[in-house]
Amino acid sequence: MSISGDDPLTRMGRVDFGGIIKEACLAYVPEVKVGDYVIVHVGFALSKVDEDEAQKVFEYLKQMDELAELKEGGP
Amino acid sequence: MKYLDEYRDAELAQKLAREIHRITTKPWTLMEVCGGQTHAIVKFGIDELLPKQITLIHGPGCPVCVTPLEMIDKALEIAARPGVIFTSFGDMLRVPGSTTDLLSVKARGGDVRIVYSPLDAVKLGEQNPAKEVVFFGVGFETTAPATAMAIFQAAQKGLKNFSMLISHVLVPPAMEALLSSPNCRVQGFLAAGHVCAVMGFEEYFPIAAKYRVPIVVTGFEPMDILQGVLMTVQQLEAGRAEVENQYARSVRREGNQPAQELIKKVFKVVPRKWRGVGEIPASGLGLSAAYTAFDAEKKFGLADHHVEEPAECMAGLVLQGLKKPHECPAFGTRCTPEHPLGATMVSSEGACAAYYRYRRQPT
Repeated sequence: MSISGDDPLTRMGRVDFGGIIKEACLAYVPEVKVGDYVIVHVGFALSKVDEDEAQKVFEYLKQMDELAELKEGGP
Repeated sequence: MKYLDEYRDAELAQKLAREIHRITTKPWTLMEVCGGQTHAIVKFGIDELLPKQITLIHGPGCPVCVTPLEMIDKALEIAARPGVIFTSFGDMLRVPGSTTDLLSVKARGGDVRIVYSPLDAVKLGEQNPAKEVVFFGVGFETTAPATAMAIFQAAQKGLKNFSMLISHVLVPPAMEALLSSPNCRVQGFLAAGHVCAVMGFEEYFPIAAKYRVPIVVTGFEPMDILQGVLMTVQQLEAGRAEVENQYARSVRREGNQPAQELIKKVFKVVPRKWRGVGEIPASGLGLSAAYTAFDAEKKFGLADHHVEEPAECMAGLVLQGLKKPHECPAFGTRCTPEHPLGATMVSSEGACAAYYRYRRQPT
């Protein structure tokens, strides 16, 4: 991904959609940097994907496993 | 692709499904609001992983589907005029109006073009100063930041030959309209993740409290939807009615502030007709006073059309979650994506199209 333009309202980025590269307007995500993941809709990046939050469901499922093991191993 | 594949993990999805089975003690009816979620549910067979007591009904969250017939007719009228380049998202082209559709207008020589982004339409306006370029602005809050920016940039550039036929709709008023209907069976909502990425989810707190209904902001991948269902059922089983956010990797409580600011600047809230549902107060966006020069309805002097919807199409009932697509006698016979009777069969987010594509063989 690359970013071009200085005017925050017309800032554009090249976004890689799993191999397909398209331009997207970055006006609404002033915080994004090259390498970030974004949600794009009709040519506009609408939000930056939060790495920590993205992991939470996997942690939750792991805890569920551990809880189940505890129960099985318990008295 | 990262952030997609891992949310399609079959084993982890099964784990979530088992947890839903474990905690479910009563029948519950949930509605997924967004058409994107409906497609994921039908495509991946998520409904079939759920306990029999849980019914998912498909919500009105398909912008193409809820665009009223008279708006389609207005689009057809503008598109057929000489000197007009009519631009639209591809989904709208096959949606039947009263007598024809945009694709047929194009076949008869109308200059109808599919664009990927509303900004492409602005560009066409700059490149074709002798033509009137019109963009068909349909969509929910997810699309509004894009159309708002197109209008804003057109105004900044002083484009006189660009305008928009606007049929923007808002999700929370539609949820309230559903909840206030005496036929309402919905006990919990999976709210549309990408709508909330723009708007946040503050608006849902009063709805959850007033109607005692859990609302869980939910994403679009199989594991998102299963987790959204799990969180909703957990609330229902515990007698809670709260707003929760399953899709926190993309949705913040306050939403996208710069996008909301531009929406507020360019648009104002207006009453809007929903196809198959009727008029819902304060449920749409129209241009604010400063931008009315870009209003295609005004520019082309279109009188109000009042059109009856085709009797055989039960899209209205499908959109309200009162009927499933395959319960329609025309489904898959007189109504197919190639020859649709209603918009729900056309759009990539329409419930009828989802059933046609993934559920035609009896299972």
